Amino acid sequence: MNTAALFGLLGAALVGLGLFGLVVHPNPLRKILAFNLLGGGVFLVFGAVARRGAAAGMGGDPVPQALVITGLVVAFSATALAVSLLLRLFQETGRTTLRDEDGGKP
Amino acid sequence: MTISIAIDVGLALLVLAVAAWIIAVRDAFAAVVGFVAYGLLLALVWVRLAAVDVALTEAAIGSGVTGGLLLAAAARLRSSEAPAANERPGATLRVLTALLCAGISLGLAVAVLSLPDPAPTLAPMAAANLPATGLGNGVTAVLLAYRAFDTLLEKVVLLLSLIGVWSLAPDRAWGGRPGPRRVVRPDGALVFLTQLLPPVGIVVAIYIFWAGADEPGGAFPGGTILAAMWILSMLAGLVEVPAISRRSLRVVLVLGAALFFAVGLAGFFVADAFLAYPMGYAKPLILVIEAALVLSIAAILGMLVAGPPERTEER
Amino acid sequence: MSALLDAFSVLAVSAGAFFFLAGTLGLLRFPDALTRLHALTKADNLGLGLVVLGLLPRAEGPLAALKLVAVWLLAQLAGATVTQLIGRAARRDGKAA
Repeated sequence: MNTAALFGLLGAALVGLGLFGLVVHPNPLRKILAFNLLGGGVFLVFGAVARRGAAAGMGGDPVPQALVITGLVVAFSATALAVSLLLRLFQETGRTTLRDEDGGKP
Repeated sequence: MTISIAIDVGLALLVLAVAAWIIAVRDAFAAVVGFVAYGLLLALVWVRLAAVDVALTEAAIGSGVTGGLLLAAAARLRSSEAPAANERPGATLRVLTALLCAGISLGLAVAVLSLPDPAPTLAPMAAANLPATGLGNGVTAVLLAYRAFDTLLEKVVLLLSLIGVWSLAPDRAWGGRPGPRRVVRPDGALVFLTQLLPPVGIVVAIYIFWAGADEPGGAFPGGTILAAMWILSMLAGLVEVPAISRRSLRVVLVLGAALFFAVGLAGFFVADAFLAYPMGYAKPLILVIEAALVLSIAAILGMLVAGPPERTEER
Repeated sequence: MSALLDAFSVLAVSAGAFFFLAGTLGLLRFPDALTRLHALTKADNLGLGLVVLGLLPRAEGPLAALKLVAVWLLAQLAGATVTQLIGRAARRDGKAA
């Protein structure tokens, strides 16, 4: 079991954990946290693939690593937008529930 | 050999434990604090995976800026936690979800363990074309030369998310300043830190950006450290958050993407494709683009953390 | 000579690791926020300082050694500031003994 396989398995476990948290937690902030966990797991799987592609004097394949860097930045943009939406929801309604209270009418 | 595997196994178990704690803990604020620690541990994992550029970016963006954003949100949402707690799904739904997620994890694990051997890799091709770009760091070459189009689109995505955040402002505050008015404690610890740290931080940020051409680093970690120094100054109240209608702010925000796009268009005439660099001018062009990117990333990340405008510009 | 330097590195890093362990134990076992912060500063100050001291003989050149010391100083600066802020918040919220 080498380093790449080990951390690839860690990524798989993090995907499962993040997906569980995303579905089970009713609080949207916890969902956003779980979404970031899920993203981290996916990036680790990419990292395992990159590590296995070490060749030509480089420690890892640079293309998946660049994809992960792009992914990290995009995940942060999504998190920032989601957090702003959540704070606005809290400002407007005073609650952070995603459930309609009165049968659909906002 | 076994010592390094032991370290890796220990690190992986630690990351797994912190992740499980984030999912399981009751208090949302504690979960966010755990998330910051998780991000730093992930940065260590990236170093063990020989991806130092990714480690720098993860520590800066994934853990630092995201952590700051989420901490501020958790603090503001503290009063809403109790009502949300009684919407938790029932036990059967939780067990079913756990089984489904375990199945997905298992499938991914099987996929990771059955990756083709020998691994297909683009590293030789990337290394062979490195002298043509004048760079020494393969990841920077991929980001700004081989897959420059992706990086340009990523900058646009950052701008779009900022526009999305701004669009959430109440109508009366449009064009105003984000965030509450800060009270400055002239002898406080935060002010002390903000007077000492930004000069060092700016030097470190510029160094990381400059060194990214040949060593791990680049525009993204550098821009994020610059953003962190700006966010620190805004938090301490030593720098007033700019109103979003300010023209100078908007110019700095779009400077990176605009310059990148202009160089790309010029590639039609000077080289022979969009975003093609003319022979011999690749490295200077890349460094100029990266410099503009550092400024833009710093501005965009700072404004993303500041949030939508909440108060009108007072004079 | 290099064996002596290696032994010094191992000793210093082990001592630093011991202080990290002590700080973590304090974080987990002390009763309230102020005492826990007090335990953490040991990890920041002495723990990281001893680890950096142990790594100095293994650094490649004086510039790398200066970078290591700069890391220690920056970590101390951040740690000291955050300790002050958390302590003040804990006092204000009444969580300090």
